[in-house]
Amino acid sequence: MAEAIQFLVPRDNVLARRLSIISDLADLLPPECLVHEARGLAPFETDAFIAYRRVPLAVALPRTTVQVAAVLKYCHRYDIPVVPRGAGTSLSGGAIPQEDAVVLCLSKMTRIIEIDYANRTATVQAGVTNLSISDAVGTDGFFYAPDPSSQLACTIGGNIGMNSGGAHCLKYGVTTNNLLGVKLVLIDGTVVELGGKHLDAAGYDLLGLVCGSEGQLGVVTEATVRLIAKPEGARPVLFGFDTCDEAGACVADIIAAGIIPVAIEFMDKPAIEICEAFAKAGYPLDVAALLIVEVEGSEAEMDAMLASIVEIAGRHGVRKVRECQSATEAALIWKGRKSAFGATGRIADYICMDGTVPLGKLSYVLGRTAQIVEGFGLRVANVFHAGDGNMHPLILFNANDPVEAAKAEAAGNEILKLCVEAGGCLTGEHGVGIEKRDLMRYQYSDIDLAQQMDVRGAFDEKWLLNPSKVFPLDGRIRAAC
Amino acid sequence: MQTSFTTEQLADPNVAESEKILRRCVHCGFCTATCPTYVTLGNELDSPRGRIYLIKEMLENGRPADAETVTHIDRCLSCLSCVTTCPSGVDYMHLVDHARAHIENTYRRPLADRLIRSLLAAILPYPARFRAALQLARLGRPLAPVFARVPALAPIAAMLSLAPVRRARTAAVTDPQPVSTPRRGRVAILSGCAQSVLDPGINAATRRLLTRFDVEIVAPRGEGCCGALVHHLGREDEALAFARRNVDAWIGEIEGGGLDAIIITASGCGTTVKDYGHMLRLDPLYADKAARVSALARDITEYLSTLDLPVLESRRLSVAYHSACSLQHGQRITALPKLLLKAAGFTVRDPAEGHLCCGSAGTYNILQPEISAQLKARKVKNIDATKADVVAAGNIGCMTQIATGTAIPVVHTVELLDWAYGGPKPAKLATSGRKDRARPVAAARV
Repeated sequence: MAEAIQFLVPRDNVLARRLSIISDLADLLPPECLVHEARGLAPFETDAFIAYRRVPLAVALPRTTVQVAAVLKYCHRYDIPVVPRGAGTSLSGGAIPQEDAVVLCLSKMTRIIEIDYANRTATVQAGVTNLSISDAVGTDGFFYAPDPSSQLACTIGGNIGMNSGGAHCLKYGVTTNNLLGVKLVLIDGTVVELGGKHLDAAGYDLLGLVCGSEGQLGVVTEATVRLIAKPEGARPVLFGFDTCDEAGACVADIIAAGIIPVAIEFMDKPAIEICEAFAKAGYPLDVAALLIVEVEGSEAEMDAMLASIVEIAGRHGVRKVRECQSATEAALIWKGRKSAFGATGRIADYICMDGTVPLGKLSYVLGRTAQIVEGFGLRVANVFHAGDGNMHPLILFNANDPVEAAKAEAAGNEILKLCVEAGGCLTGEHGVGIEKRDLMRYQYSDIDLAQQMDVRGAFDEKWLLNPSKVFPLDGRIRAAC
Repeated sequence: MQTSFTTEQLADPNVAESEKILRRCVHCGFCTATCPTYVTLGNELDSPRGRIYLIKEMLENGRPADAETVTHIDRCLSCLSCVTTCPSGVDYMHLVDHARAHIENTYRRPLADRLIRSLLAAILPYPARFRAALQLARLGRPLAPVFARVPALAPIAAMLSLAPVRRARTAAVTDPQPVSTPRRGRVAILSGCAQSVLDPGINAATRRLLTRFDVEIVAPRGEGCCGALVHHLGREDEALAFARRNVDAWIGEIEGGGLDAIIITASGCGTTVKDYGHMLRLDPLYADKAARVSALARDITEYLSTLDLPVLESRRLSVAYHSACSLQHGQRITALPKLLLKAAGFTVRDPAEGHLCCGSAGTYNILQPEISAQLKARKVKNIDATKADVVAAGNIGCMTQIATGTAIPVVHTVELLDWAYGGPKPAKLATSGRKDRARPVAAARV
C-alpha cells in the first residue's frame, strides 16, 4: 500500500557503513545490550502505531547513563540518527525507527533509585514502567498520579517524551505537572541535570521544555517525580445515557459547575461492548453512552460531590446510575476502561486519534466524527478522557485491506482537522510522533513552527534525534537533512 | 495486525490458525510488562510481543527456523502470563506451540542441545527410567559444579542440582477403598510421570481425601504421561502419541463405568489434557474423543470445589499460596485453591508478584538454568517475605523448584486439605518442627 506519511530518506553514507557502525557499537556495549542480526531487528520496526514500519540499523539496550552517553556521542560524531524508545507503546509512532537509525531502547534501565517520602518524590531510571512506581509506594499510601491507559507497560521515559496524560489527570495534571527533575543526555553525550526535588528550579524552566519534546532534545535516563498521598477513599460511578449528545453535554455542565472529580471517562456503545468482552466489569450494555465518574476523599466528601453530579446528570436525562460496591468491582471498571484500545483488537484493527476539544464542543465533535467515519464506510468506537475534552475515536478497519487502511487514515486526518477547527488541538497526550506530523501546519503558523524548530536545533543542531517526527519534512530549518 | 500469507500457505490448517491468532494482536505491548523474561532481560525479543513478531516473520516467509529466532522462542517459559494480560485475546499458547513444532521440524540444534533434549524426552515421561536416572543423579551430584563451568553442559549441572537428595518414599498404591453408596462421583486420577516418581504422596493424599468424601476412584489401564513435556520441546508426534494413549484409556472408562471427571493434580499436565481437544482436532479418529476427554478434565481444586467440603475451625498455620502459572494463566484457576485452604482453616497469604513464573516451567530449569535461577531467586524472595509456615502449590514442577530455594516447607495444596480433613500431616511438615501439631478439628458438615 502506498504510505501517506513519508519518512526521511535513509542516508546512504550511514547504510554503507552499517557493519563498521555495529562493530563500533559492540565496543561500547556488552553483547547482550546490542541487537544487530536482521531477524532480531524486525520486532523493533514499529511500536503501537503499527501501520508504519522501518527496520533500524541496530538496537542499543544500554544499562547505564554512561552507556547511553557513549552511544549518543558516537552517533553524533558520525552523523547517525538515533530513535529513543521505552516500551514501544506509542500510539503516534513516536518510537518507530528508520533504516539508518540506531534505536536507543531504555528497557533494561528499570531500577527504582530512591523513594523519598519526606520530599514526596521517587527517583527512577527511565525504563521503569509508570505503574511500577505506584506499585513500589502503594503499601505506604502513595501513588504516582498520571495514569496513561498503557501504564502497565509504558515507561516513565516515554511518558516524559510525550507528556502523557491519563484518566486521573483531570484532577492531578499530566506528566509535566508531576515531574520534578530529569537526568538528560544530550546528543553529544553531555549529561545534564534539570530540576530536582523542589517544585521549581532557578533559571529557565528547561524541564518544562524537555517534557513532551518527543526525544528530540535529548534522552532522559533518570526522572524524579512527585508522589501523591492516596485519598481516603475512591469510588467510580457509572452514568448511562440514551444518547452521546446528552452524555457530552453532561460532562460540560459538571466542569462548568466548578466540580472537578478525579476522572470523567466516556465510552460509547461500541466501546462499552468491546471493554465488557474483555474485563466483564458489568458495564450496562443497553445504553448509548456511559460516563465513568470517579470521586474521591472521605465518605462525606464523596457523597456531597456525587449528589451534585447526580443532580446535573438528572438534568441531562441520565437513565442509569450505578455506584461501585467493592474494590474488586472498581478495579474491574478501570481494567476494562484502560484495556479499551488493546481489547478493540478482538473485533478489528484500529487507529486511535488523540484530538482535544473545548468541552462545549464535545457533543458537536462527537456527532461530526461519526459522520466523517460513516462517510468513509467505516465504524468508530469512542472511549476517552471526557473531563479533559481529550477525545480518542478508534477508527476500525481491516489492516489486510489496503483500501480500508487508506480510508481509515484519511478519516483520522479529517477528525483531527475538525478538532483544530473546533478550537482544540491535534494531540492531548499521545504526542505528534509521525502520525500527526504532517497536520502540524493546521495547528501552527509557519512562524510558530519555526520558533519550535529553533529550539530543537539549539539542542540538536544536526537533527539526529528522532528526526522523522513532529515537524513536517518540508520547510525544516537548520536541519542537516 | 497486518499479515501476509499466500493462499497456499493458508491451506495448511496450522498456518491458518496461526494467521488468525496473529491478526488479533494490535501490538499494544501490554504483554511485555507481565512477561517474566522481559522483566528479567529487558529486551523486546524476549517478550511475547517480540516473539509474536519473530514467529510471524518466520511463518510468513515459510522459512526454516534460524538461530536468533530459536534463542528467543526457547527462552519463553510458556507460562502464559501474557495470555492473562492480553486485552485483545491473542491465543499465544497455540501460536508458540506451532512455532516450537516448526523449529523442531526445520532447525538443527547444536549437538549438546540435541542430546540433552533427546535425553529428557527419553527419560522424564517414563517413571521407571526417571527413577533410575534420579539414582544416578544422586551419585553424580558432586560433579554438578564441574558441568556448570561448561556452558553447553550447564543443563546437566541443573539436572543434577534439581534431583532430590532423598529418594521419595514409594507410596503404597492403596486400592481404592470401597465407598458407601450412593457415591458422590466416579473419577479417574492422572497418575502421570515425573510427579509419581518425585512425590507419590500427592496422589496418595488425593485418593485418601476423595475416598473420605465418598468419591469412587478408578485407575484406567494404559494411562501415563500427558505429553506436556515433549509437547513443550516441540516434539509434536510424540506428544500426540501420549495424548492418544491417554484418550484411549479414558474413553474406555467413560464408555464403560462412566466418569464424572478426570482429576489432575499437576497443573502443568492439566493445561495439556484440557487442550487434547485442540491438539487432536485434525485427527478424524480422535478429534471427538479428545474433546470429550478435555471437557471432563479438572484440576483437583476444581473438583473439590464441587463437593461442598465442610468449613473447619481456623487454625494457626499460615500458608503462602504459590499460584502455578499453568493453573492461574493456563487454566484461569486463581481463587478456588485459596478458598479451599481458607475453608479448611488455613490462613492464606499471597506472595507479591504472584503472576510471575518461578522459573520451573517443565524442563525450562534444565534447559535455561540462568534465567530460571534468576526467576527462582525473585520468587523465593517474595515467598520468604510472607513469613508463612508453609508454601502450597498445585504443580510438582513449581514445588521442586521453590523447595530448592527456601527453608519453608513446600507441599501440594491437596496434601494440606487431606490433612485438614482427617488425613496424616504432610511428611515435610512433620519433620519441620513447626507449630500447630494439633489434629484439625472437624466442624459439623455444612
